[in-house]
Amino acid sequence: MDFLQNIIGILSEHGLAFLQASWMTISITIISLLFAMIIGIIFAGFKISSIKFLNRVADLYIGIIRGTPLIVQIMFLYYGIANILTLNSFTAGALALSIHTGAYIAEIFRGAVQSIDRGQMEAARSLGMSYPLAMRRIIFPQALKRAIPPLGNQFIISLKDSSLVAYIAVTDLYNTALTVQGENYMPFETYFVVGLYYLIIVLIFTWFFNRLEKKLDVSKPKGAAIA
Amino acid sequence: MINVRNLSKSFGGLQVLKNIDLDVKNSEVVVLIGASGSGKSTLLRCLNFLETAEAGEITIGDEKINPATTNLNKMREKVGMVFQHFNLFPHMTVLENIIEAPVHVKKMGRDQATTLAVELLKKVGLHDKAHFYPDQLSGGQKQRVAIARALAMQPKVMLFDEPTSALDPELVGEVLQVMKDLALDGMTMVIVTHEMGFAREVASRVVMLADGHIIEEGRPEEIFANPKHERTQRFLNQIL
Repeated sequence: MDFLQNIIGILSEHGLAFLQASWMTISITIISLLFAMIIGIIFAGFKISSIKFLNRVADLYIGIIRGTPLIVQIMFLYYGIANILTLNSFTAGALALSIHTGAYIAEIFRGAVQSIDRGQMEAARSLGMSYPLAMRRIIFPQALKRAIPPLGNQFIISLKDSSLVAYIAVTDLYNTALTVQGENYMPFETYFVVGLYYLIIVLIFTWFFNRLEKKLDVSKPKGAAIA
Repeated sequence: MINVRNLSKSFGGLQVLKNIDLDVKNSEVVVLIGASGSGKSTLLRCLNFLETAEAGEITIGDEKINPATTNLNKMREKVGMVFQHFNLFPHMTVLENIIEAPVHVKKMGRDQATTLAVELLKKVGLHDKAHFYPDQLSGGQKQRVAIARALAMQPKVMLFDEPTSALDPELVGEVLQVMKDLALDGMTMVIVTHEMGFAREVASRVVMLADGHIIEEGRPEEIFANPKHERTQRFLNQIL
């Protein structure tokens, strides 16, 4: 009973702060993901390219980013390069998340493009299509559809990874939980509440991605009889 | 229409085509036969440069093709190809599959391309399937759409790479019928197939390959009734 009362207490006292913090978490995630998509598309292109130099550049980027912890990347951008470039905490956090997630999204896009049967490219080329045209009209639309499930997965991971920006004073959900439990000395209830907030946001994202996946699945029969 | 001189092609250390000479005249139907690994599919794929031969010359129409300088995309507009596994675009309807290249490569108007596509679908007996997706079709129907898609570029030559090998036996006939009609219309065709009945009936010439060489060629009635080369005899005995 105490537990329930404490939860209600936290919610009535800090509910609004958690809601605002949720917005911070969501916006830093979405902004990072938008940039990560752009970075991912560019580096996936580098990896698929037949130009060796671009392959190397992509391998270097992906190797370094996947080989180091996100918290180190965040700290590096916020404190590490402060002498050269001073970034506010939101910018540093969003930038670190973008660069970090971009490496994973590059691999997702590369895998999706390479998973398309090579007969598709051959058929397109045999019809007189140039390589770029075949990529744009035939390969990318199919690859994008195939990339949706792993992208959805990556989005959820990024949302939760964004909690690490709390350590550079971005007032996101996790940061707010740290503050609240520092005041009320109720870590169990406080982390329970913040966990609930994350869970609800993730469920909303998941629902959205499932819908997107269904909507893009055009090649499956829609009620029409199989002839 | 097609002249091949001294064509050679290797994959890694393995030479799959050795000094091939082949001529295909206008409206001729040439059927390439041979055991698996004899080089017949590779030869076909060299004709539209899906594979690049390392030596030899290929002339299509009056144009000698040099892969370094010739616009291969323009050349491929004139050479249609049909694949064993259809390779239809699964994210497009049958109609969209067919008008894709005319609209985006030839810059034909959408309406004009659609009219052409409907004509071609009638020709292959599938005009009621225009708005279906490839996944909703049988193998035989898919291959007929693939033929219509290639024809939509109004090619001068059609290449067929084992067009019926991936089909259930009862669906082979409908595809062969479409190819037969095409031959009667005077289309120049080069076909890799194991359908010897079809070759006997439709081919103007049968070409037998073994180990990357053309070992025998001639009219189908000669080749089938009276094969000269011992390997042709053995191959035909196995397959018939």
